[in-house]
Amino acid sequence: MSRFSRRKLIATSIAATAGASGLAAAASLARRYGLIPPDAGSIYGPGETLTYAAQRILTQHSLAREFPRSEISKTPFANEVDPLGETFRRLQEGAFTGWRLTVDGMVARPVSFSLPELKRFPRRSQITHLACEEGWSYIAEWAGAPLSHVLDAVGTLPQARYVVYRSIQSDWWESIDMADALHPQTLVTYAMNGDELPVEFGGPLRLRVPRQLGYKSVKYITRLTITDSLKQFGKGLGSASPE
Amino acid sequence: MSSPAWVASSASEIRVAAVRVRHSAVVRITHWITTLCFLALLVSGIEILISHPRFYWGETGNILTAPLFKLPIPASRATVPTGYGFVLRDQNGWSRYLHFQAAWAAVLTGLLYMICSLFTGHLRNNLLPAGADLSWRALSAVVVNHLRFRRPSEAEARSYNVLQRFTYLLVIFVLFPLVIWTGLAMSPAIASVFPAAVTVLGGQQSARTIHFFVSVLLLLFFLVHVAMICLAGFRTRMRAMITGRIGKEMEQS
Repeated sequence: MSRFSRRKLIATSIAATAGASGLAAAASLARRYGLIPPDAGSIYGPGETLTYAAQRILTQHSLAREFPRSEISKTPFANEVDPLGETFRRLQEGAFTGWRLTVDGMVARPVSFSLPELKRFPRRSQITHLACEEGWSYIAEWAGAPLSHVLDAVGTLPQARYVVYRSIQSDWWESIDMADALHPQTLVTYAMNGDELPVEFGGPLRLRVPRQLGYKSVKYITRLTITDSLKQFGKGLGSASPE
Repeated sequence: MSSPAWVASSASEIRVAAVRVRHSAVVRITHWITTLCFLALLVSGIEILISHPRFYWGETGNILTAPLFKLPIPASRATVPTGYGFVLRDQNGWSRYLHFQAAWAAVLTGLLYMICSLFTGHLRNNLLPAGADLSWRALSAVVVNHLRFRRPSEAEARSYNVLQRFTYLLVIFVLFPLVIWTGLAMSPAIASVFPAAVTVLGGQQSARTIHFFVSVLLLLFFLVHVAMICLAGFRTRMRAMITGRIGKEMEQS
């Protein structure tokens, strides 16, 4: 009986050691291949890490579903927006001629783009689904400059890992990693359904990230900051929204 | 299913050996982890649901389109017309986090349970109905016993009767996979990799609607399951699922 339990003890400790070192090896591999999200350290870290890693592995070459023109929603829903403030109102009165998108951070040449300058990039359009995490959705045609072209123009440094994007609404910002930032469907969007992007849908400028839920498609973007770490942004969780 | 640790050599020893393991350790551990996950998913799921208690069919739907149906409850968003004069607090932040964390824990626990069930014979011995149980007479006897609220026989108390087997098979092999599938089909990232997983269901909003109905069925299973435990003897059943042993009471009944 004692021999049996000693054997069991040895087997258990070998299994535990193997398990622990397996986990450590997996963590180091995951870090090397960029599978660890910025909020991995929170109490929901395990779930977030599994979701993020699964998406990074599965969606490497995937494109968001695109729809035929006949599927465009007749009644898209803009959702409510907090008051946009005095600065926005003044820009709107000037037909947004003074709107700027500043691109800074880990770039070779920080640039502040006007809307006409952004419209000189190759125009891409897509008919994609926008699903809000609340549960509602619509399909629209979005057009704009691929973010990858904008990032090429400013020359992102090799150590860049995230793009932080800010709204003109105070304290409202989001971030995406380079995989999403360089994705061909990620657009600096200025048009919707063949027209200028309406203000309630984020006009004059909205970042569309169609492989993510709607809250990642931030309205009224004014600034993109390229960074290698999200620690210095808010609570370091990668978004203004985590409660 | 698991055998006594020693071979009984006399009748008296058989009685002792009869106080044996009702549920294996794997079944007990995965059962309770799944219970915790289910409750976390239920609470967080309801929290997410109240931000838009309307359902649609097809790819799209929002408050400007006609719903398939709506739940007569207040919402946590002022934009949703509910008929109530107030708006509930929005707590989608932690709800979404908890929903995903619990979903991962449930899926990984489920996988462990599936693999172990295949290898230990739990699936074959305890879940798949025996041929003799499938006769019309046997099936109707079980149904009648249930309708008369008769306590289970000793043999039944050791394993699952045929109705339990059907129910557990339905939950494990139909409802759980469906709820995981429809949950994943709501993710734009997953839809970009497996578009057919969404289109087969009729669209992203159809996936959400099916997710809701499967969740209702799982909740129904949960309530009936707890009710049956109470009817069959709460203490002995709980002891069996916690310690793994059948109590003396069950031996004598």
